[in-house]
Amino acid sequence: MAAWIQRNKFSVILGVVVLVLAYIYYFSDKTTALSMYRYAWTYAVPLVLCALVGVIGERSGVVNIGIEGQLLVSAFAGFFGAAYSGSLIVGILSGVGCGLILGGFLAWTTVKWRMDQIIAGVVLNIVATGITSFYYKPGQLLPALMPHWSIPGLSSIPLIGEVFFKGTGVIALIAIIAVFGIHFGLFKTTWGLRTRAIGEYPSAADTAGINVITMRLVNVTLAGALAGLAGVFLSMDSTSSFERGMSAGRGFLALAIMIFGAWRPLRAAAAALFFGFVTAAASQLQADQVINVPPQLVGTLPYVLTLVVLAVAAGRVRAPGAVGQPFVKEGK
Amino acid sequence: MSVTPEPPPTTAPTKAPNPPEEPSGAGLFSLILRRQSIVVILVALLGSALIGAALIRYQGVSPWYAYQTIFKEALLVDGGLTRTLLKTAPLILTGLAVVIPLRVGLFNIGGQGQFVISAAVAGVTAYAARGAGFGALIIGLLVGVLVGAMWASIAALLKTWRGVHEVITTIMLNNIAAGIIWWMVTTGPGAFKNTSQIPMTGPIDKAAWMPTIAGIPLGFVIAAALAILCGWMLSRTTMGFRFDTVGKNKFAAGYAGIPINRVILLSMVLAGGLAGLAGAMEVHGVMHHFEPAIGGTLGFDGITIALLARSNPIWTIPAAFLVGILRTGAAGLQFATGIAPEIVDLILAITLLLVSIPVLGRWIFRSRADKVQAAATSWGN
Repeated sequence: MAAWIQRNKFSVILGVVVLVLAYIYYFSDKTTALSMYRYAWTYAVPLVLCALVGVIGERSGVVNIGIEGQLLVSAFAGFFGAAYSGSLIVGILSGVGCGLILGGFLAWTTVKWRMDQIIAGVVLNIVATGITSFYYKPGQLLPALMPHWSIPGLSSIPLIGEVFFKGTGVIALIAIIAVFGIHFGLFKTTWGLRTRAIGEYPSAADTAGINVITMRLVNVTLAGALAGLAGVFLSMDSTSSFERGMSAGRGFLALAIMIFGAWRPLRAAAAALFFGFVTAAASQLQADQVINVPPQLVGTLPYVLTLVVLAVAAGRVRAPGAVGQPFVKEGK
Repeated sequence: MSVTPEPPPTTAPTKAPNPPEEPSGAGLFSLILRRQSIVVILVALLGSALIGAALIRYQGVSPWYAYQTIFKEALLVDGGLTRTLLKTAPLILTGLAVVIPLRVGLFNIGGQGQFVISAAVAGVTAYAARGAGFGALIIGLLVGVLVGAMWASIAALLKTWRGVHEVITTIMLNNIAAGIIWWMVTTGPGAFKNTSQIPMTGPIDKAAWMPTIAGIPLGFVIAAALAILCGWMLSRTTMGFRFDTVGKNKFAAGYAGIPINRVILLSMVLAGGLAGLAGAMEVHGVMHHFEPAIGGTLGFDGITIALLARSNPIWTIPAAFLVGILRTGAAGLQFATGIAPEIVDLILAITLLLVSIPVLGRWIFRSRADKVQAAATSWGN
């Protein structure tokens, strides 16, 4: 434990400072603080999930620019699946299914057919926009609201419990579990070691007997389920409607968050919370009329923040070595 | 006595040897192989038309009738061709805005943002310059070009200075531009009180409209000329050679002394300027004011056009014309059959999908598909 703290001194100190500040603010103004933190977490959930999609993809050596499209189609499929079938479960399943299908599509085109990964992702996004805007029908309603629970015990912790475990939906909980699970998986399991190997140096991994192609296919496809959950969260949990283009660049924000988080799930989640908090703070200041900036410009804040974050983070963090390059087995 | 001029020292015939991958043999098949990228595109277009037909059929409308309506509306109806050309002009430019950076190995997804922000600023400027007559047109176009170039150069600078990938930055800039233009027309400098509910800038002078001469819009002429100019620039000038070299191998280009960062910056500035010109032309030639919904998804259509044109500037003209036909005809399609005009988005997306999947070429030509690789960029360098 001591060694771990020694190694991650900066993160630990930063985390403690942030937590202390958050608690100070929480005890000074409970209602505002809590609503801001909740807003931040709700904003961050899809970003966390999508950043994980990006992390898994890039750690395996595949750039996923198509997260935005996966998110949009899943939001669409989740909402209309639930609206037409009258069952939330069907909606969630169809959303996740669409995430998987698009993940599989991206994996197959880039890994098997060695299509340029950036172009494949952009094409995926445009196809997603085309499908969702053509088949969009206004005036549909969800059969019911998504259930929200409070986890007994955990939800009574001040601040943390109240934000993360009180009145929370299943997808937000999955997001928390996924962050820790994938972090553990990436750095402590065989799967993680192999995944990092095929993303850093695929030919070495291949020599060691790892099937690079299959592993990339499986990883990128399965990661699509997380994007599917994020999409379902957007259209069924945080709001109860689907709009054209409702993903609004979140898939790309998630990529920036992934880079900011140095391709590590925990740091990416922290970065997503930071994004959520800045957005929450901006809208709070706007509502309190502390700052008088037009709302349209406040709305661009996450995107401006992304540019700033990328400009700062780029060069300080290192991408997986083989990211973006298709793997061609020698002698083939 | 006649002096026969000394024959020049003859060396080996300077005729360039045929490229080795040129398939030998005569006949139709070798012709097809030599022109394989065109064949791939034609097959992709046919395929997307067929898929589109199936989708239209599924909506309960005869596909034949639907396509007929689109083409009739876009080409044969009185004034239809003019409308189509009017639509084609900005599409050529936004296509070029993707093509030029693509040659350098950059993927400019930001055509949409560069387009709308330039259109907004040009609209506000041209409204402010009302009374300047024809001068307002010149000012508006110049402002459009400058604003677009500046907007694109943000992404280029982040790329050269910090190494941030241009796909993310240009998308972010698109979203930022969307926020800014809404602010401009609602509470910002462009807000104009009028009776309609749509927020917009003030109307520009009739003298500053872009004219249509004998049914051909001036904007189309300018756009086509620029496409040809870009084609010439890329294939015949040192600058074009530098662009291609950086795009094909950055390290070799750097070793040869080509200033890579300057080339990247220049390509994005050119792209932004072209997209910006498209925005200003849309204000001066079509809308005569600015509103946020201007041009719809013209900027994103540029991506489809660039990939359809196989990143060749000249080919953006027919590619843009085709997209222009679909976009113009879609309105008539909705009127005649009730199919939402978004069907065009779907058909274009399928086209893009089929055009960009390299395996299509491999299916048609088996192993000879190496030439069909799309010009492209890669991540993180």
